[in-house]
Amino acid sequence: MTRYIVGRLSGLLFAVLLVTLITFLLMHAVPGGPFDEIKQPLPEAARENILRKYGLDKPVWEQYLRYMWSALHGDFGIPFQSPTETVTQLIARVWVPTLQIGAVTITLSYTLGLLLGIVAALNRNTWVDYGVTTLATLGIAVPNWVIAIWMIIVFSITLHWLPTGGWGDPAQYIMPVTAYALAPMALVARYTRTSMLEVLGADYVRTARAKGVGAWRVITHHAFRNALLPLITVLGPQIPNLATGSIFIESTFRIPGLGRYFVTSTFLRDYPMIMATIILVAVLWGVTYALSDILYGVVDPRVRLTGRG
Amino acid sequence: MATKALAQAPGAEPTVADRTVWQDARRRFLRNRLATTGLCVVGLFILCAVFANVLAPEPYDRSILSDTLQFPSARHWFGTDQVGRDLLSRMIYGARTSLIVGFAVQGLAFGIGIPLGAVAGLRPGSWADFVVLRIVEVMSAFPAFLFALFILSVIGGGLLNVIFAIGVTSWIDVARLTRAQLLTLRERDFVQAARALGANDRHIILQHLLPNALPPLIVMLALGIPSAIFAEAGLSFLGLGINDPIPSWGKMVGDSMGYIRVYWHVGFFPTLMIALAMLSFNFVGDGLRDALDPMLRNM
Repeated sequence: MTRYIVGRLSGLLFAVLLVTLITFLLMHAVPGGPFDEIKQPLPEAARENILRKYGLDKPVWEQYLRYMWSALHGDFGIPFQSPTETVTQLIARVWVPTLQIGAVTITLSYTLGLLLGIVAALNRNTWVDYGVTTLATLGIAVPNWVIAIWMIIVFSITLHWLPTGGWGDPAQYIMPVTAYALAPMALVARYTRTSMLEVLGADYVRTARAKGVGAWRVITHHAFRNALLPLITVLGPQIPNLATGSIFIESTFRIPGLGRYFVTSTFLRDYPMIMATIILVAVLWGVTYALSDILYGVVDPRVRLTGRG
Repeated sequence: MATKALAQAPGAEPTVADRTVWQDARRRFLRNRLATTGLCVVGLFILCAVFANVLAPEPYDRSILSDTLQFPSARHWFGTDQVGRDLLSRMIYGARTSLIVGFAVQGLAFGIGIPLGAVAGLRPGSWADFVVLRIVEVMSAFPAFLFALFILSVIGGGLLNVIFAIGVTSWIDVARLTRAQLLTLRERDFVQAARALGANDRHIILQHLLPNALPPLIVMLALGIPSAIFAEAGLSFLGLGINDPIPSWGKMVGDSMGYIRVYWHVGFFPTLMIALAMLSFNFVGDGLRDALDPMLRNM
């Protein structure tokens, strides 16, 4: 077990290191940077000064090593788009709205998804089941920003019930969270339904029923617990997804979160911000995948954790 | 696989022994109403894409500045956009952009993924397998969509660049699945039996491994097309994808955000196309999965 964890984590470290290297090289392989003359005509001396300030006058390998050395000390540089603070400060600031939306979305989508999935499984092949399955298909297939725009047209523009966007007022939470929660809710509902159906047909559930265990107790004590198992591996990785924010939801509803800042960073070629965000997301994803595999092994002893599949 | 399907076929028609696994799958697919409806809609999209220049009432890039932001009318069924271009025409041409991206990305994904996965899966434990596995491991550490955005910010937008940016991470799952398929199939009894009977590698690969590895790959292909369309629409929506004047549904929606309070139709109609395309392609993909792998019916 320990060996597996160590192997998994060192693999993760290696992968993240390569991600930084590839991203870094790509950024420097192409001519044109944030201080292009077309965008910002500057006198030669001033340009050199700025390049020196940001270390952009050094050879690429030296820039990379310097960058990684500082990054290991928690210093990801200064964002070009907001030079009065550090990248760490900027991320800490813009991550707050993203985490707030993410937390509400996770709670809402997982609770509703579990409920809908169970209800659909217990009423298999009835209109309830078909309704949940249809909703799940819609939620998974249609992009959340498309749903967001439909909601804006209906609830903001036509009915004038809710603001079209912005951040701070509780009313501004409703549409982003709903649009954002639909896809994970659909996913949770779909997997819960499948997993419940499988478990409800299992021998030990039949045995429990035969022993005379009440219908409700069979669901809570026998079926539900086992149905939860596969959800760990499928849905664990959804959490960092939600925590790093939906670029689309934040852009559509003008929420000043991490995702929206990533988009402005790519427009402005804000290298330090792009690097830091990609590293952050890569680490979060990697750790969650590893954790959910390990957790699955702990919860279900039948799964043996050897090499990678 | 073939014998299993025959044994499971419930109908006691005398022809049952003559039907191949593919014919069975086709019957199952055609009986699935959602999947066949999806297939019809996909067919319509393909027609739109191929015959866009015939079907569209106006060229996609003709802008009439006296006709900007018109509401739907007899002349412009879906209205006009902010520079006076006919929305219906742009939506029809948009099908072409979406489908080109969808198919091209899958071409890239399978063109890279299958050879790499096959090299790894046919010789497990070899250095080639090791190299492929490491590449796959590193590539899957990249947050795919953020990476696509980043690539486009470096190389700029445009149709080819969008295909490249989405395709560069899309082959990973294909390679992984191909490898996993080959690894499990190698150990199956019918392959062992063929080997015991003296079949050579060529025969085993072509007659046994490839046909049996195919169904899940077909499903992945079918579901990969909508996810590429999804990614293109998203990138263009954010403004980093397809460039004007090439019409892209996502870009049409993104550009309309500034006018949506009054001129809601400019963004609304393209979102309908996106939703319809995503649903129909997904129905076809799900239908194929159910048809090709009856064991997974409930998923």
